Amino acid sequence: MSALAIDVRGLTKRFGRKIAVDGIDIAVPEGQVWGFLGPNGSGKTTTIRMLCGLLKPDAGSGTCLGYDVLRETGSIKRSVGYMTQRFSFWEDLSIRENLEFVARIYEVPQRKQKVDATIARLGLQERQDQLAGELSGGWKQRLALAACMLHEPKLLLLDEPTAGVDPQARREFWEEIHHLSQQGLTVLVSTHYMDEAERCDRVVFINLGRIVARGTVQEVIQQSGLITFVIEGPDVREFLPQLEGKPGIEHVAFFGAALHVSGHDRALLERALAPLRSRPRIDIRESEPNLEDVFIHLQSQAGVSA
Amino acid sequence: MSFSFARLLAILIKEFIQMRRDRGTFAVMVGVPVLQMLAFGFAINTDPKHLPAAIHIADHSIYARSIEAALKNSQYFDFVAVAPSQEAGDRMLDEGEVSFVVTIPVNFARDLVRGLSPQLLIQADASDPSAASNALATISELATSALKDDLVGPLANRANRPAFTPVIQRRYNPEGITAYNIVPGLIATILTMTMVMVTAVAMTRERERGTFENLLAMPTRRFEVMLGKIVPYIMVGYVQLSLILLGARYLFHVPMIGSLYLLVAVSGLFIAANLALGFTFSTIATTQLQAMQTAVFFLLPSILLSGFAFPFRGMPNWAQWIGELLPATYFLRVVRGILLKGNGWVEIWPNVWPLLIFLFVVGSVALLRYRGRLD
Repeated sequence: MSALAIDVRGLTKRFGRKIAVDGIDIAVPEGQVWGFLGPNGSGKTTTIRMLCGLLKPDAGSGTCLGYDVLRETGSIKRSVGYMTQRFSFWEDLSIRENLEFVARIYEVPQRKQKVDATIARLGLQERQDQLAGELSGGWKQRLALAACMLHEPKLLLLDEPTAGVDPQARREFWEEIHHLSQQGLTVLVSTHYMDEAERCDRVVFINLGRIVARGTVQEVIQQSGLITFVIEGPDVREFLPQLEGKPGIEHVAFFGAALHVSGHDRALLERALAPLRSRPRIDIRESEPNLEDVFIHLQSQAGVSA
Repeated sequence: MSFSFARLLAILIKEFIQMRRDRGTFAVMVGVPVLQMLAFGFAINTDPKHLPAAIHIADHSIYARSIEAALKNSQYFDFVAVAPSQEAGDRMLDEGEVSFVVTIPVNFARDLVRGLSPQLLIQADASDPSAASNALATISELATSALKDDLVGPLANRANRPAFTPVIQRRYNPEGITAYNIVPGLIATILTMTMVMVTAVAMTRERERGTFENLLAMPTRRFEVMLGKIVPYIMVGYVQLSLILLGARYLFHVPMIGSLYLLVAVSGLFIAANLALGFTFSTIATTQLQAMQTAVFFLLPSILLSGFAFPFRGMPNWAQWIGELLPATYFLRVVRGILLKGNGWVEIWPNVWPLLIFLFVVGSVALLRYRGRLD
């Protein structure tokens, strides 16, 4: 087994009386891409901030790139790349000025060549003197990633990097991430997009500050024990109100024209769906739940237990 | 669509809720009028009494004691020191320890008895003309009344006309030109206003725009960030200082007796103190608006209670205590001392070390408050 880029146990953070992160263990081997899933406010950002030394954990211990997350935050900051959820480079500085500032702060050797090369790789030579604030969302995100990579970090922490970015830019972004990971970079990326989660080697699902599922996407789906029926046919939407809340049905969701009905008890599910089977032109079949079904299931389940 | 009372009510409710949540604005709305009322109502006194004075008696006599008593009874003079010599009296005036030096010259009693109307020398610190004027006005009146009880018997005929001739020396600003006092004072207030505001806003802007998190995630040290934020504005401060000094010299013809190098040196200290304060405010405020409000809150006493707008010695003790916590109060004395009195290092030192302490304390608070983390 290869070395661990992130190895933390029992990471806990409180804000006042609210526990934002409650005893999280994560061990990410070097060179892997891990997805960090969870609803808004589940503690993803707080966890990432603890990993890169921006927040001091109230409890727990561990290392990031071999540095102690409690004591060696300076070393962590030097060798980790962190991309914030919101664009956090200086909008009143030009693209070049931003990159040069970052390069100076990290004391990057051969700064000018490095910045030149980065601008060339981004294809921004003509726009390098444009203010960063004038860039579109997709370009801002590419600039942010390039700036985070300027000091050649060994670990990249990305907090919802593709929020508000168009599909094309998202695809290119992920190609870049995989390209970097092939060169040995470790990546932990939080996201709400299921297609992005499916591109990760492993996913960790957290809710209310606790890890509720982890593993490969396949493992997480299987561990959930969820049984999903797909209902297709004309006017399938009309069935939603009748199905919701029936015994055995834990949640119902639309995917395009199809209705996904999920639960854990096959017999109860079958009984609930029986009245629909007699309807003409309605097709009901069992299917493997997708990650989103599992996501919604995990979210509602943790919500009930808490 | 006709006017709807319900919609108006909805907006009213929303505004009141938001007003209550925004503590900073609320504090300014309540605090500013209270502060202004207290300052204008109680602290400001354009007829200041109980001004510190020193007396130099070169000729001890019953008359000398009566004059001292009469001056004291006028309420304008508080004799806080006895000057052993004329030079000692001059130094006390230079350092601002006293506002007046009263000198009873040699042979005062002899000349008085002979009916020669001897001179009584009163040297006044007139750098703030309004502070001294009423006190000086009472002196000529005292010339006839002060010695009434002493001039009896054969000397009774002396009592009806002025027994002595008061000679008044208005030091530092002999013509009583208000601008001489105000313009140097402006250096202190303008620097306070702009320096505190710009740093408070500069840091909060980072926070508001989200760039602060990025700055913290980078391997920056606290001292680097603080110094990096402050140094550019020290230069801005010096540009302002130069502008005001040029204006003072060529527009208002304010005398510049002392060393400008000394002024430039102490200004650096004052600018740094204000920038450190602005930096501290920025660690408390979360929005640029809050930062501005905090700066205004600090600015107001710096104008009203520092001795800029009104004579410092005319204020009641509590107002003077507040004033003595403000760097502007000390810097104001330094600027006036250097420009108008020609003060050197020795004379201004009593007003320089409080600035050093202020810078050290506020700088430490700024560094402690700025944790280099988000929590």
